[in-house]
Amino acid sequence: MPSAIEAHDLAKTFKGDVRALDGVSFAVEEGSVFGLLGPNGAGKTTVVRILTTILRPDSGSARVLGHDVAREPELVRSLFGLAGQYAAVDENLTGRENLRMIGRLNHLDRPVAARRAAELLDQFHLSDAADRTLKTYSGGMRRRLDLAAALVASPSVLFLDEPTNGLDPQSRLDLWEVIEGLVARGTTVLLTTQYLEEADRLASHVAVVDHGRVISQGAPAELKARLGATVLEIGLSDPGTAERTAAALASISQKQPHVLGSSVEVPIDGGPRTAMDALRVLDQYDIEPVTFTLREPSLDDVFLALTGRATEREPAGDTDSAGQSKKASRRAGARR
Amino acid sequence: MSAPSAVIVAPAEARVPDGTRERFRWAITDALTVTGRNLRNYVRIPESLFFSSVQPVMFVLLFRYVFGGAIQAPGGSYVNYLIPGIFVQTVAFGAVATSIGLAEDLQKGIVERFRALPMARSAVLAGRTLADLVRNVLVVVLITGVGYAVGFRVQTAALPFIAGLGMILLFAYALSWGFAVIGLSAPNSETAQVMAFPLLFPLTFASSAFVPVRDMPHWLQGFANHQPVSVVVNTARALMLGGPTASFVWQSLAWTAGIIVVLAPIAVRRYRRRS
Repeated sequence: MPSAIEAHDLAKTFKGDVRALDGVSFAVEEGSVFGLLGPNGAGKTTVVRILTTILRPDSGSARVLGHDVAREPELVRSLFGLAGQYAAVDENLTGRENLRMIGRLNHLDRPVAARRAAELLDQFHLSDAADRTLKTYSGGMRRRLDLAAALVASPSVLFLDEPTNGLDPQSRLDLWEVIEGLVARGTTVLLTTQYLEEADRLASHVAVVDHGRVISQGAPAELKARLGATVLEIGLSDPGTAERTAAALASISQKQPHVLGSSVEVPIDGGPRTAMDALRVLDQYDIEPVTFTLREPSLDDVFLALTGRATEREPAGDTDSAGQSKKASRRAGARR
Repeated sequence: MSAPSAVIVAPAEARVPDGTRERFRWAITDALTVTGRNLRNYVRIPESLFFSSVQPVMFVLLFRYVFGGAIQAPGGSYVNYLIPGIFVQTVAFGAVATSIGLAEDLQKGIVERFRALPMARSAVLAGRTLADLVRNVLVVVLITGVGYAVGFRVQTAALPFIAGLGMILLFAYALSWGFAVIGLSAPNSETAQVMAFPLLFPLTFASSAFVPVRDMPHWLQGFANHQPVSVVVNTARALMLGGPTASFVWQSLAWTAGIIVVLAPIAVRRYRRRS
């Protein structure tokens, strides 16, 4: 299978010596969904901006459908659709006007642009709102329109930069279905996300990005397999005993136990046998768990194991403002 | 919601303009598309509609009925003296809208979305300044009507009057490019506005637009007599009210051309750099 998108050793430093990208390489197979996964500030959006010709890398190169983004930017722009995390559609125009405008700017003839707008509004269930300005749209409707705008010229490569960031769970599910529908028809999708569940569900291949580097990549199943066969999750009634529990369980597995609020998670290889060891240890230390679960590892566990940090936390944000803890709790809520 | 059922994903064909002629045609249609989008925005944002319609009418009424009585106009009729000045003051104030509009598009990410489309690079600035030109045409028509209602009468003929409006609109188009530079330099629309007004006030008020320059303090007269707003106001007055025109017309054209030649390339360079 040829690669639809290739990135070779991309590096980018912004003003003030902020190293956004520090040698990022990956390849996306044609017709597949590739997930760039990482916390805020990891460099995901910078990668997308380089691949979509908006930004030039300091070094390294990238290709879309075989065309170099720096050498043939004009041609490359006609090959992809982009839906950004800020849903940069014009809020003073109606849904229909937005789509027609994007169609015209893709050099579709006026009647073709109008027909295409009507088609997409219908497919994205926005026909009723088609002639209202975007100011009256909900967050989910705006994201849908933004995605529709990216599809106006029927591109075979689609960049989705945090397509569901900030959406409620129902709108997120809706959008996932739409994306899955597109993929089923052969579109190559590169999506960035900080939601591990999203990458797990949509992507056939994932690159975990942190501090401008790819720290691991592979199929979601491979990443999980590297971690261990099973994750043992122990819920406790008192968060105060979590640290003690983690220390007690350190002996049962090669992998480090992690404390997440009032629960302790530890990847294990031995399955039920190790679980029995764990129960014995708990009994020995006089710890009584509220829940005791063996489950498949999730990408959350992968990220935790790779970086030593839970995804809820920002790179250096432990001391940061209330806005981040709000974001973190929203994200934690979205995981369930 | 079900997945879109009829999205046809054809193998993407690379579309680059086929030769210079098509490139030129695309540049024009892209600029017109962006112009249409900007005009819709003007109409749908109440503040901008107020700014370009109610405000000039208020200025007409304010100077005609409040300040006008205290100002000795050469030639006697203050309302005739005033209206050509109002034309130029209004289009000059309107140029701030160019700054604000561009700053806002940058801030909201619209420009970034445009950058990722296969459209002509020139379309954002061309579409912005063209939309401002169209808006200025409408504003000038509005002021002509209001001016007539409060007693303004053209003293020459229809043709020189229209020529006068033409000079004003050309000057306004040049100013748009100048104020585009501010819009492209500001981090947001509020700052763009704050940056634009200190430039605008001396240009419009220390000019011959409302008050004869000979009544200003001596040290101010040198500036007030030769700065571009005065020159264009004097040109419009000569064309609409009578008097020698040739020298004023040449000076106006020189200022207009000068502003475009110097500031338009700066605006284009700023636009290319901002991403």
